[in-house]
Amino acid sequence: MASGLQLSREELGAAYRRMRTIRAFEDAVHAEFSAGTIPGFVHLYAGEEASGVGVCMHLDGRDAIASTHRGHGHCIAKGVEVGPMMHEIFGRKDGLCGGKGGSMHIADLSQGMLGANGIVGAGAPLICGAALTAKTLKTGGVAICFYGDGASNQGAVLESYNLAKIWNLPVIFVAEDNGYAEATASSWSVGGSQVGRGEGFGIPSRQVDGSDFFDVYEAAGEAIDRARAGKGPSLLHVKLNRYYGHFEGDAMTYRLPDEVESARKRDPIDLFRQRVVEASLITAAELDATDREVVAEIGDCMNAAKAAPMPTEADLMTDVYLTY
Amino acid sequence: MSKKSYRQAINEALRQEMERDDRVILMGEDVAGGTGAGGDQDAWGGPMGVTKGLRPQFGPDRVLDTHLAEMSFVGAAAGAAVTGLRPVVELMFVDFMGVCFDQIFNQVAKFRYMFGGKAVTPLVIRTMYGAGLRAASQHSQCLYPIFTHIPGLKVVLPSNAYEAKGLLIQAIRDDDPVIFFEHKAMYDDEMEVPDEPYAIPFGEANVTREGEDVTIVAFGRMVNLANEAADSLAKRGISCTVVDPRTTSPLDSETILETVEETGRLVVVDEAHPRCGMAADIAGLVAENAFDSLKAPIKLVTSPHAPVPFSPALEDIYIPSVAKIEAAVRATLAHDHKVAAE
Repeated sequence: MASGLQLSREELGAAYRRMRTIRAFEDAVHAEFSAGTIPGFVHLYAGEEASGVGVCMHLDGRDAIASTHRGHGHCIAKGVEVGPMMHEIFGRKDGLCGGKGGSMHIADLSQGMLGANGIVGAGAPLICGAALTAKTLKTGGVAICFYGDGASNQGAVLESYNLAKIWNLPVIFVAEDNGYAEATASSWSVGGSQVGRGEGFGIPSRQVDGSDFFDVYEAAGEAIDRARAGKGPSLLHVKLNRYYGHFEGDAMTYRLPDEVESARKRDPIDLFRQRVVEASLITAAELDATDREVVAEIGDCMNAAKAAPMPTEADLMTDVYLTY
Repeated sequence: MSKKSYRQAINEALRQEMERDDRVILMGEDVAGGTGAGGDQDAWGGPMGVTKGLRPQFGPDRVLDTHLAEMSFVGAAAGAAVTGLRPVVELMFVDFMGVCFDQIFNQVAKFRYMFGGKAVTPLVIRTMYGAGLRAASQHSQCLYPIFTHIPGLKVVLPSNAYEAKGLLIQAIRDDDPVIFFEHKAMYDDEMEVPDEPYAIPFGEANVTREGEDVTIVAFGRMVNLANEAADSLAKRGISCTVVDPRTTSPLDSETILETVEETGRLVVVDEAHPRCGMAADIAGLVAENAFDSLKAPIKLVTSPHAPVPFSPALEDIYIPSVAKIEAAVRATLAHDHKVAAE
């Protein structure tokens, strides 16, 4: 916690803005999805912001991240522009992926964001590859694998632990445990513990409070420093809360009626505010101003996305090397 | 007989077979939904609600939520099948076969032959396929041709609720591994379906329209589009035979060849990609065995050789349509051998 509060005012402001942007983005997408304007399968990151931002505040242009089906927050945390993201989610021609990927495949390789992913656990081997590139080319870069408690049971993830260890790769495995693999409780579906699993592979591992930005930031900093110093992979088990359903439209009857409400009492953004305001690092008025700017920005990009043109038949068979 | 959706027909087939035989068990990701959580322990009944109500009726020992790791539980279903159970395992989206394909094509598909005929493996893998729900590249594919390619697997593509119930009951009673493909855009489609259990045998095509001019062979959801095209063309004096093969493995090549010999023209409609798909396969079958009866080149209507796009504007033109089927039928009729020869 101490090291997090040593962040500069500018850095704290930037971290707050990113978390706020994620929340505003996801709340807006939630409302639009409910209104029926967004097609397809959408999974929201609201409640989990401190994880993505706490990790990505340490990253720069050398670094890569792999995401999950719940990828919007990771994009924003890594610095992907919200406008093209929103256009993509609406399937527009000028979206990040030309409307071909959508929410579940949103990616920005120019920002080292290797994609949200429709296949649970699939990012882990890919991120070992990104780390291998960084190691081979000696860029000093690190590679972050965000994945869920559900994915932590996938063979691809467990194999990646081993590969990252034996190749001494600069990988940080960030297990985002929101308590549910879809509708199934992680307390039931995960044998042993995430930390114990990491340690079993000889990987330094620790549990982190995902509601506390500073706890995530500090733990991630230590792991990333270790990776940049050539000391191999680390694992963080981030315990957090998912405010919306597994997907938009999920009635969440598997949860207790007051579960989300009580989780919101330890909201990561509220906790961050309290901490920085109490420490007199940023005033509440300044944070309120950020809130207003962020909501206005998301509103603008939502309106722009809705008005943007759809792709046409001429776009269907581009980005392929063969057409039949 | 009562009106049932594709979803309800599948649910009823599962329930009736589980009532009939205690060895039939169900497993998959959130087939109940909520295991270990504080709320409803049958919260989902699968992502599309297909298996809803089975957990309360049959209990957690026969309706098993799994962890989210397909290789282990699909493989476990195969292992259970070869040792005395009759598992129905749900591979939520067929796209996820990538995670567990070894267990399917190197393991379960080989048992019967590789073990000298001594293995009996009554496994059913239920899985969702197909485009139309804006589910994008990794949740919309039609991978049945890949399974059809592998000896040792039976591959089933029910085209409506009636077919789904009868074919699933057959699949569960069958002693070989069966991959049962449910089109995700059809779950709400309703029709009259018998209440009592019935089995539709594999390898027996269903001729859904009888005509004289052109044969249309279509697979899965495409059968409905082919029927629609045939009905529309009939009003314009063009009569089509529509063949629903029901299963791609085993394939009823006899019915396909007979109808092509009658009409002399063939259109194949397949939602999968054009190369090494069912459309190419049927075209090859007919070219090899009914060449002399063909009055025109065979026409294929398929999705293009590209991943399924997310944007509704692209997905709608990606999927074969009634209009494309009608155009293909007209093209076979417009063909003139003499003109072509000149």
